[in-house]
Amino acid sequence: MFGSKFSDRTTLTLFIIVVALVPLLAAPLGAGYPALMQFFAIFGIFAIGFNILFGLTGYLSFGHAAFLGMGSYSAVWMFKLLSMNVIPALILSVLIAGVFALVIGFISLRRSGIYFSILTLAFAQMSYKLAYSVLTPITNGETGLQLALDDPRILDGARESGQLPSPTLFGLDMNATNNITLFGLDVQLNVGYFFSAAFLVLAFWIAMRIFRSPFGLMLKAVKTNQNRLNYTGVNTRPYTLAAFVISGMYAGLAGGLLACMDPLAGAERMVWTASGEVVLMTILGGAGTLLGPVIGASVIKFAEAKLSKFNEVIVHGWFDFLPEGLANGLTWVVAKFVGDGWHLTLGLVFMLVVTFLPGGLVEGARRIGNFLGRRGQKDDLEQLGSNVQGGKTTAAE
Amino acid sequence: MGILEVQNVNKRFGGLQALDDVNLNVEENTVHAIIGPNGAGKSTLLNCFVGRLTPDTGTVMFNGQSLIGRKPHEINQMGVSRVFQTPEIFSDLTILENVLIPSFAKRDGAFKLSPFAAVKAESAVRDHAEDMLGQVGMLEKRNMIASAMSRGDKRRLEMAMCLAQDPKLLLLDEPTAGMARADTNATIDLLKQIADTRPITFVVIEHDMHVVFSLADRISVLAQGHVIVEDHPQNIKGNPKVREAYLGDAHE
Repeated sequence: MFGSKFSDRTTLTLFIIVVALVPLLAAPLGAGYPALMQFFAIFGIFAIGFNILFGLTGYLSFGHAAFLGMGSYSAVWMFKLLSMNVIPALILSVLIAGVFALVIGFISLRRSGIYFSILTLAFAQMSYKLAYSVLTPITNGETGLQLALDDPRILDGARESGQLPSPTLFGLDMNATNNITLFGLDVQLNVGYFFSAAFLVLAFWIAMRIFRSPFGLMLKAVKTNQNRLNYTGVNTRPYTLAAFVISGMYAGLAGGLLACMDPLAGAERMVWTASGEVVLMTILGGAGTLLGPVIGASVIKFAEAKLSKFNEVIVHGWFDFLPEGLANGLTWVVAKFVGDGWHLTLGLVFMLVVTFLPGGLVEGARRIGNFLGRRGQKDDLEQLGSNVQGGKTTAAE
Repeated sequence: MGILEVQNVNKRFGGLQALDDVNLNVEENTVHAIIGPNGAGKSTLLNCFVGRLTPDTGTVMFNGQSLIGRKPHEINQMGVSRVFQTPEIFSDLTILENVLIPSFAKRDGAFKLSPFAAVKAESAVRDHAEDMLGQVGMLEKRNMIASAMSRGDKRRLEMAMCLAQDPKLLLLDEPTAGMARADTNATIDLLKQIADTRPITFVVIEHDMHVVFSLADRISVLAQGHVIVEDHPQNIKGNPKVREAYLGDAHE
């Protein structure tokens, strides 16, 4: 973790600065548009929460998308029934996800390892199927839950005609975007992004506190030796359940925020591949590290947005300078890895990271940092020794 | 009345009578050794004390309270700690963190939700943990990852973890197994020092007779799930029943 070099306060400050500068930093990459930046923040929250369970306790949940979906449904219902203000919507999202996490966690955590994963997967698939069938009155089935003009909206009042309302923060429209030009770049300052980013910072800060707390220490102990912990007078069940509920609430918040950015909720948010995606994000970035999940989430969402847009014509354009036959051949191969096939690229990258960088991208960054640092202090052997030890100490964090 | 009273404990695994009407009385502030040939039921008996196994019949009383049916963490919170045959430590964590965990468990009980407290700010708990590491001579290694240590160090760490809880009864399952003579002697000295400086009772399972006769105030000899002799060390060596249990085993 970067924690070895920076204090927590510095890490948090840097994190806030980077998050605030995303609209500027992402613009040259072609990622500076609101929808994608909102995804960075929201899936960052989702992955940070997932990491509190998986990264600290080692319990691999394969059903966390269920809580994301529940969060979205709760938020949209709040928009329909109470008000377009996002605050009550998010409160309900977090609460509902927390309650369901308590129930599902209570049952699933009776088992560990693969059986725990299967149980959470079963619950998530059950939620997904129920949303399509029995629960259609609540979820609106395949169409998805949407706003309508004649929704009661007790506080705002129903609208007779005109446009559907959009979610607001006390009148501040989530979709409002200010376009400015900075350093010759078209920078889009979107209310929804900054709103989500504020929650991302809050989520990051809470995760940081948990990592450094006695509670977090117990969670790490669960991961490394649950047996010893039991014989050390610690009741591990409430600890794992608390971690499960906290991460479920994070997922609910992320789901609620998704609905705040775009007020509709569909069951496909709860499908098992969505649960798998957050596992990928966390492991790719670095499970058990603070920054890893955010980085993993951003990388995957960025790759998804970019790679899935490429098609054969664009790919062929890259190889235009080559002889016709070679260009066609390369295009045929490369095109399989972009567009709809972008998951192939993701799979390859994931394989490489897990094989060569078990600690994820964060470990890669640390190795590069250590390498550069070592070259800088070649003569100072003593410092080298302490660096190596520092690396060892933090490897498990 | 002893601190640990075991009466008529039976445990059967399928066709094997692992414990056969075991009676044991451990006096407070003594070192009580349990010896016996392989398969005599020593570890099974220990497992009945810490909640890993439940006896089929019989009673196990600690400080006047029954241990039967209690979970491991509950028994531990009553003041019973255990050192395992193969060291059970938190291998991915630092040595200091390994001792911080039992220190927090001692202070906070079986569960405390404190996600916003900072380990760093808990100086009293930290001092306590460092004190324990100092007692086993591992303070200077406190920032090492536990898995990088030698086996002997892992045992000492586990001892420090148990001591950090200030237990009334410490169960030791072969604390010197696989150790070189020098390490064994160091462990004996450490245990003697602990026994002299704290109000603590030890129950030791051990194969090494040198360790047993250096430490024990009283010895129970277990054979085929049954306590055949319970006596002072000086009376054990010459006891014909004990010789038979060990030699008879060898002749089979």
